[in-house]
Formats: sequence, structure tokens, C-alpha cells
Amino acid sequence: MDIFKIIDKFQQIDGDAVGRLEYASRRHFMNRVGSKLASAAIPTAFAAIVNKAFAQSAAAVDVLNYALTLEYLEDEFYKAGNAAANLIPASDKAIFTQIGKHETQHVAFLVKALGTKAIAKPTFDFMYGGAFGDVFTNYKTFVTVSSALEDTGVRAYKGQAGALIADPQILEYALQVHSVEARHAAVARRLAATLLGNPAMKGWITGKEGAVAAIYAGEDNMTQGGVNIKGLASKSDAAVTEAFDEPLTKEAVLAIAGPFIKK
Amino acid sequence: MNKHTKTKNDAGRGEEKITSVVNRRLFLRSAGLATSLGTIVIAAGCNDDDDDPMIPGTGDTVDLGSGDIGVLNYAYALEQLEAAFYTQVIQTPYSGMTDAEKTILTDIRDHEIVHRDFFKTALGDKAIKGLTPNFGAIDFTKKDAVLGAAKLFEDTGVAAYNGAGKLLKDPNYLLLAGKIVSVEARHAAVIRDLINPKSADFAGDDIIDMNGMDKAVAPADILSAVKGYVKDTITGTNVGK
Repeated sequence: MDIFKIIDKFQQIDGDAVGRLEYASRRHFMNRVGSKLASAAIPTAFAAIVNKAFAQSAAAVDVLNYALTLEYLEDEFYKAGNAAANLIPASDKAIFTQIGKHETQHVAFLVKALGTKAIAKPTFDFMYGGAFGDVFTNYKTFVTVSSALEDTGVRAYKGQAGALIADPQILEYALQVHSVEARHAAVARRLAATLLGNPAMKGWITGKEGAVAAIYAGEDNMTQGGVNIKGLASKSDAAVTEAFDEPLTKEAVLAIAGPFIKK
Repeated sequence: MNKHTKTKNDAGRGEEKITSVVNRRLFLRSAGLATSLGTIVIAAGCNDDDDDPMIPGTGDTVDLGSGDIGVLNYAYALEQLEAAFYTQVIQTPYSGMTDAEKTILTDIRDHEIVHRDFFKTALGDKAIKGLTPNFGAIDFTKKDAVLGAAKLFEDTGVAAYNGAGKLLKDPNYLLLAGKIVSVEARHAAVIRDLINPKSADFAGDDIIDMNGMDKAVAPADILSAVKGYVKDTITGTNVGK
């Protein structure tokens, strides 16, 4: 691997990387001048950049690896779906190609950010132990699972925001991915609503409405900022619950995702 | 800033025009909205500059405040604009609005009103005043104009919340912002899908970068981008500080 190519790639993500690299290299050089160890400076400095930019705290590494697990899952799911013959109708190809592209990009970003700390890709079972046995042959099942994965992704990222408050740059990246997952979720939900013949299912989540009931627990919450806002602005419960998406803890998400993960 | 408002009709005007065009252009570049949304924003600017629907003296200077309160007031300001926009959309539907479109736009209106009133209640006596919107540049009779403006407001809202998250110190406020931003992102996707159904535009390459990430834009750039849509002069220099 060409170290400069890597740095160049890295610079596209972290505009400040070269500045930090120069600083770190200079310091290292000053310490090691005249020593054979000088040649080791660049890899060391590079690792320092990774640590500084993306892994400022152990909590952040945990969050990023948790996110990577979910992104691996989504990425593999859309790769298989997009590759399956006669699954996605031509009319909807553009949507799932775009979603799949983003999940691949999320995986690549996280793997790069975590470096050697990145977890290995798990092996997945998208049939969910048989519950979604026809997921890659029946479009209705595929879209059902897609909407569930995206909504779970939104809830999962939201649930980690507080854990990243001490790492502002990582928090911002997480938020930037979070809203993309929400865009995916809205479109997948609308496709699912049509296929399942369920007009109560909209791009936003009314009460606990969704194609896989188990993952929407708590979405009907109406206590926001410690205040019960039922009836706020004389709006219906539907409108009030739609206006706020709810988080899930890591434990709850992993319980949902668990049956997808073989090892 | 009051002085600034008063000079709108005299010699200071030319200078202000240049500044606002530059600010707008800077924002468009940073937010990557130029290609898809430039027409609307520029049209708004022209209207503002030439016809001056802003009657001097009606617009106040509104300071959002500092720290977390500043961030919440910033969100409250944006939600006020969104709520006012969709209220107008439903009051004067564009010609040919389908039932499906009306349902979607009414839902969004209600979400924005809930967001607006939530922030107002949460902020209590620290809340900024009700803003006076300026939608003179939007032709509410035309579907393209309304959905184009809706797309701009939603994408801007997402970029604004994404950029404001790291300014918050209180994790409870951060979570609240997170609960709202994903709803704004759902709106953005659905509006974009109404404009160009079944395309990749719901999360298009015009708005999502090569890392698969949405925009995150700082308050100063957002306020600059929306200033053509509000009669008041909003200052947010201390937001999050």
C-alpha cells in the first residue's frame, strides 16, 4: 500500500489530516534525528491522525464499531437484493441502487475511520431464522425488511448521539449518516405501504406503525423534554407522534439485529 | 442592526445587495445546494432587493442568544418559518394539488407546527418573538414553486440540525434535536420523491456526499441562506457559544 495514496484518500474525509501529519512528523523527526528510527515516523504519525480524528475516546470506538455492524448488515442486504434476479422491479431499481450505494459508502468510511480497530464483517442470515425466508425472491418481503432495517438504523444512530457528545466531529459524522438513513426509511416505508396495502403506513412513523411491529416499541412516546405534549397545538396524537422519532438503546437494537447475525 | 434595516432604501442598499449575494453564494457552495435549488433562492433575493416587499420598520432585529438556548432558539426560528410556509401551502393550495399531495403536505404542516410550539413551550420566557415570514418570492399557485421551496426548507433544516448538534452541551437537548432532524429528513425525502418520483433524488447525489453523508452546515451559513424568507433580521453570532 502506498502511504501517500492513503493519506490522500484520508485528506478527502479529514481536511486537516495533512496538517496534523506534518506536525506529528516534524515532532517525531526532531526526536529521532540521526536515528535509523526516523523511517518509522510516517506510519506512526498516520496512526496518530486516525486516533486523533476518529477515535478520541474508547466510547467513540465502541459506537463506531456498533454502527459498522449495522452498516455491514445493510450493505450485504442491499448487495444481495440488488443482485437477485427478478426481485426488484425496474421501476424501483434506482431507489435501491442509491440506498445500496450509501450503505457501501458508510461501511467504507467506518472501516477507514476505525483502522485496525474495525471489527470483521459478520456472517449474516437475512432469512432471520426463517421468518423472512423469501426475502430475496419476494419483493414484498424484501421491502418489508428494508423498511425495518432503515427505521432501526435511524433509531440506533439516534440512541448513540449522547455517547458522542465529547467527540464533536464524530458526532457530526454520525448525524450526517443518521439523516441519510431517515431519507432511506421514508422511501422504503412508502414502498412497503403500497405493497402491503397499508395506507396507515407513511414516510413518517404514526404511533408505532411499521411493517415489523417488534421494532417500533416506544415510537408512540409523547413525552418530550420531560413534558407530556399530547394535544400540543391542538394536533392529533398521530401528528404529535409523527413529529418525533424515538431512539433505541444498543441492547434493544442488537436484540432486533441478533437473528440476522450468524457469527 | 436597526440602522442596517433603516438604510435599506438609501445608499447603503447597493452594498447590502452585494453582501447578501456573496453570502448566499457561499452558502450554496458549502451546502451543495446550488444546482438544484439556486433558482428559488436567487429569485427570493431578487424580489427582496428590487421590489422590497419588506416594508422598512416592520422587521425587527432578533438575537437568538448564546449557548444551548441560542441553539434551541435557532431551531425555533427555522421551525417557525417552516410552519408558516406549510400553513400557507394548505391555505392556498397550488393548482392541481392531488389528494395524496394534500395529505402529505398537511401532515408536514402539522409536524412543523408541533415542532414550533414545542420549542416555544420549552424555551418559555427565553424564546425569541414570533418571526414575520416573507414568502413574497414564492408563487404558491404553482406546484413546481411550492415543492421546490419545500425541498429547500427541508434540506436546509436537515443541514441546520446536523450542523448544530455538536454545539449543544446538554445531551437531553441533543437527543431532542436528533428526534426532530430525522423527521425533517423524512420530509425532505418524500418532497423530493414527489418532485421526481421513483428516482434516486430522495437522497440524491446533489445533497449526499461520497461518504454517503448528508450536509452539516453552521448556523451563520444557514441564517444567511434563509434571510430572504424572513422580514426580521436574525443574528446568531453566539449560538452554541
